[in-house]
Amino acid sequence: MTSVADIPRMALAESLLPSPQPLQLIDPSGRASGSAGELQLPETRILLELHRRMVLGRRFDQQATTLTKQGRLAVYPSSRGQDGCQVGAVLALRDQDWLFPTYRDTVAIVTRGVDPVEALTLLRGDWHCGYDPYQYRVAPQCTPLATNTLHAVGLAHAARLRRQDQAALVLLGDGATSEGDTHEALNFAGVWKAPVVFLVQNNGYAISVPLAKQTAAPTLSAKGIGYGIPSLLIDGNDAAAVWSAVHSSVQRAAAGGGPTLIEALTYRIEAHTNADDASRYRDAAEVQAWIARDPIARLEAYLMAEGLLTETEVKQLATEAEELAEGIRTRMNDDADVDPAELFAHVYVRPTAALAHQRAALLSEIADAAQ
Amino acid sequence: MTGVAVATEQTRADRAVAPVTMAAALNRALADSLADDERVLVFGEDVGTLGGVFRVTDGLAARFGEDRVFDTPLAESGIIGTAIGMAMNGLVPVVEMQFDAFAYPAFEQVTSHLAKLHNRTSGHITLPVVVRVPFGGGIGGVEHHCDSSEAYYAHTPGLRVVTPATPADAYRLLRQSISCPDPVIFLEPKRRYWSKEQAVLSADGPAIDQAVVRRAGKDVTLIAYGGMVETALETAEAAAEEEWDVEVIDLRSLSPFDDATLVESVRRTGRAVVVHEAPGFAGYGAEVVARLTEQCFHYLEAPILRVTGFDIPYPPPRLERLHLPDVDRILDAIAALQWGDRA
Repeated sequence: MTSVADIPRMALAESLLPSPQPLQLIDPSGRASGSAGELQLPETRILLELHRRMVLGRRFDQQATTLTKQGRLAVYPSSRGQDGCQVGAVLALRDQDWLFPTYRDTVAIVTRGVDPVEALTLLRGDWHCGYDPYQYRVAPQCTPLATNTLHAVGLAHAARLRRQDQAALVLLGDGATSEGDTHEALNFAGVWKAPVVFLVQNNGYAISVPLAKQTAAPTLSAKGIGYGIPSLLIDGNDAAAVWSAVHSSVQRAAAGGGPTLIEALTYRIEAHTNADDASRYRDAAEVQAWIARDPIARLEAYLMAEGLLTETEVKQLATEAEELAEGIRTRMNDDADVDPAELFAHVYVRPTAALAHQRAALLSEIADAAQ
Repeated sequence: MTGVAVATEQTRADRAVAPVTMAAALNRALADSLADDERVLVFGEDVGTLGGVFRVTDGLAARFGEDRVFDTPLAESGIIGTAIGMAMNGLVPVVEMQFDAFAYPAFEQVTSHLAKLHNRTSGHITLPVVVRVPFGGGIGGVEHHCDSSEAYYAHTPGLRVVTPATPADAYRLLRQSISCPDPVIFLEPKRRYWSKEQAVLSADGPAIDQAVVRRAGKDVTLIAYGGMVETALETAEAAAEEEWDVEVIDLRSLSPFDDATLVESVRRTGRAVVVHEAPGFAGYGAEVVARLTEQCFHYLEAPILRVTGFDIPYPPPRLERLHLPDVDRILDAIAALQWGDRA
């Protein structure tokens, strides 16, 4: 039975709940939305950058898909359709903040500034992580889903213990919310008030499994209340909304306000990877409906209607995107050096005697084969 | 010299000669590491106010504060996963898994991330994390409290796996593990937590990856680690009555394996027995036998034998003595090492 003393608790609980409908700044037709809620429209300079980086990111994504078809990449999980999340979230970070991406977040990594070829090292198969995480403050891409949520919480909590002004943004999908590590990470973050932002890109499917088979929760963002974490439900195809939600969450985290759980509703236009056949689990009509809600077209329509972007600038941007793609093609078509000795170099900080022996044996085997 | 300083030195001298349990030696290693390096943190389940279910972290939270020694939610994957993130941000986490079998929820974080991140990132990320795991049986624990899980960890490249056998070595190995830039699985033999030793506690001595000869002998090499070292030494004393001069080697480091020390001993004695509590099938002893056979075959007078637990889930308390290797069973193995042609 609820007593009078419980009323502040109940009010707190309600304050943690997301809005019933997704928050949105710009609607799919490119007009200012009436569902902005607490979200603030970013300034023009940021809106233009969101647009530009989405166009470049989309072209990168297409180029990576093409390289996969040509056999240059072992595999590529496209994020086409999720461009608003990929770009909006990353541009909301400050320089000192960390990004914890998954395998589908290569566009986010490139948007953060990682060299595109270094970002594709994993998928080309040259090594596991091709960039220095400390140079960009981008963790290696997480393949066992949800495991990165705990790393983000740990890094953010360490920042707090060391009194560093630093937050962590972790990307995950709807499927990953079923993993135990997501639960543990949200729980630890809540207890520790860690400066971490969880962004769930809910694209409706975990490979083939639809959300209805993933959870009985009314929304994924509604889970935040169970951890004492404030939650936001937003339109993930509205880059301005994503930027605003992540930006305000990072600000709050930096001010000691603790974690935020954001669920962004979006859609993966391509199949899970080039090896997947999406027609086995979803209708073409459903895909078409989401193509009509394209995040780039939406922001572009808004900017042009507001007189903030011209046709000429759009064409210039298209040229810039082609140049980016050409540069990637050229560099990816060069065969990268892979050094067999690297296999043994980093297992431990200093190779053990046994590894030094195995390294010598392999190099000798290679030398013999070359003769 | 002031009176205070004299008193402190006297206290230190007293500490050096007073008998110390392994649990107390581990506690002192944690305290000294926390005092020496502000990056060191200690966390896990019940390690704060309570001081750990085995009291290994007793008093540390009060002395070093809740920012450095703290209780976590009850979630082992969460403990290891957040320790990884903290290490990425410059800290040195020393975490506790309350019991061997309770560490299994963290298996993915240990094997896919803790062990691999240094390699995955070409050495950019180093994870100086120590995972303390009370392991093994012999304490009358009910199910899930007595597993010997060392083979799971030793099979994973990127991890160091160590286990002390004495209080002095527990102090030394834990200090060395906390200083080590690689992730270390630190297995604490529960049955020896209360064993006492009169010794000066120091981090100096054999390095983290070195085996040590605990008893020199010329007839047979008895190889043990953790809780079984004491049993091996008792066996050596009993064997002396039968005129077998047994050399006892304490492995200390299960991964990497100290081939040099072991090969030298086995080539010299020509006979060897490996002892562990864990089931024999695909157990750690199989690796020891294989490595030593490969490197010592022409020096061997008999096949290297194993004395291990049976290939069964850990027994209930009233039956565990039948499962664990003991002096008689090890003596039987020594007796089976084809001594006939020596006479």
